[in-house]
Amino acid sequence: MQKRSIIPIVYILFLMLPIYWLVAMSFKTTNEILSGFSLFPQTFTWENYVTIFTDPTWYWGYINSILYVSINTVISVIVALPAAYAFSRYRFLGDKHLFFWLLTNRMAPAAVFALPFFQLYSAVGLFDTHLAVALAHCLFNIPLAVWILEGFMSGVPKELDETAFVDGYSFPRFFTTIFIPSIKAGVGVAAFFCFMFSWVELLLAKTLTAVAAKPIAATMTKTASSAGYELGLLAAAGTLTIIPGAIVIYFVRNYIAKGFAMGRV
Amino acid sequence: MKTVNQRAWFLVLPVLFLVAFNALIPMMTVVNYSVQETFGDNLFFWEGLGWYEQILTSDRFHAALGRQFLFTGLILVIEVPLGIIIALSMPRQGFWVPVCLVLMALPMLIPWNVVGAMWNIFTLPDIGLLGYFLNHTLGINYDMTQDPLAAWITIITMDVWHWTSLVVLLAYAGLVSIPDAYYQAAKIDGASNWAVFRFIQLPKMKNVLTIAILLRFMDSFNIYTEPFVLTGGGPGNSTTLLSIDLVKMALGQFDLGPAAAMSLIYFAITLGVSWLFYTLMTKDDLN
Repeated sequence: MQKRSIIPIVYILFLMLPIYWLVAMSFKTTNEILSGFSLFPQTFTWENYVTIFTDPTWYWGYINSILYVSINTVISVIVALPAAYAFSRYRFLGDKHLFFWLLTNRMAPAAVFALPFFQLYSAVGLFDTHLAVALAHCLFNIPLAVWILEGFMSGVPKELDETAFVDGYSFPRFFTTIFIPSIKAGVGVAAFFCFMFSWVELLLAKTLTAVAAKPIAATMTKTASSAGYELGLLAAAGTLTIIPGAIVIYFVRNYIAKGFAMGRV
Repeated sequence: MKTVNQRAWFLVLPVLFLVAFNALIPMMTVVNYSVQETFGDNLFFWEGLGWYEQILTSDRFHAALGRQFLFTGLILVIEVPLGIIIALSMPRQGFWVPVCLVLMALPMLIPWNVVGAMWNIFTLPDIGLLGYFLNHTLGINYDMTQDPLAAWITIITMDVWHWTSLVVLLAYAGLVSIPDAYYQAAKIDGASNWAVFRFIQLPKMKNVLTIAILLRFMDSFNIYTEPFVLTGGGPGNSTTLLSIDLVKMALGQFDLGPAAAMSLIYFAITLGVSWLFYTLMTKDDLN
């Protein structure tokens, strides 16, 4: 048992090294970074973080990202819930094809869809809004949410539905007051994955925004090229992008493994 | 059994509408570009299947496709066994389980361009932790902006760092769903560790591993941001994967026609391989 636990420990160390380096870099001054190698920050500074929290172009990047990610998560889960219920409880014309078609939307190379997306969202007048990015991310998040929720719902015995209907519950009331609470864990897991994939995606988010809704990750790439090579600032901004993910994952830690175990395929 | 109910379509409609809006309209635009030639100013000329022919016979496409298959192949060969080994050696219960899961999932929650930037900082020859260690402590001449092999090892290592945890999480989910009775029965029979793995754990993990391999195939085959930020496709063209080449063509040279044809061929390959794999893996279940 003791010998075996070496493998995860080594693996986690390997995962933490680049993250440590990013965090260490964010507390160094530009001078120290460029003057040579140092394992720990020699002159510890908060300067990089102060810059980010006092400059609106920086901190609005975070607010924008969090806004569109939240909108996307809410939309994805809300529309996926009834659809997942349909897939888990009923058979209907074309159900299997529809399910596979939904999953294929994860396979399209995002790179060239960027331009058509830009044209589409400009045409409907949503360009540079949080809603545009949130809707565009639905392309890959809704299929995923349907897939995860369907797995959880199939684990709930059908007798629950039947009993409720016999007791005179209408479908909407049954669905919202009995069924959804019984798959709380599944909703949590689905929301987590929607949050995750919307948070890490940049190509579409960058294409669909200019100023008003620009995500933090795009702010980083612009600064990296325009203001020279400010590694410390870049590292601080990068470190801050890890935090929301870390908070979200902490809340769903007990459900993640379960979420996949219940999935179908 | 599921009941047949055509009205269930109404429950699916919102999903269908939202996904179709995002999938079909851009897809039709791409199809439209792929059969036309443009000289700007919104002037388009019918080109037929010319672009497809040009892409399919071009050496540049073959080279990028070859690099892409090499990359994805290496990723699968390394990440899947490694993920299984790590999942097998993780604790099954207790305090350390959530700690392991949270720490392991962390890389997957970092925006993709930050992953690229982070590895860039990590591998800088003179001031990066890894770059400094290799160059000055071990004395290996390591510079991925010069040496194609070093660039390849770096992007592979980065992807292993980024995504092995997905395989671990999935494999682990499969493992914890095995009832204790199975292990007790194996113990009574005096089964070796290998036999337990081969006849109990592996079959039980099959479904989740199918998902893991499919997801890793699709995502590594479409990978763009991380290697683009880290190497920009260089040195030379040595790490120009399919998507990087595609973006160069579409946004760099603005060759919309060939780029659109290429992206449809690209999509067809991804779809074809995924379908083939899915059919092979689930064949036994159907019989």
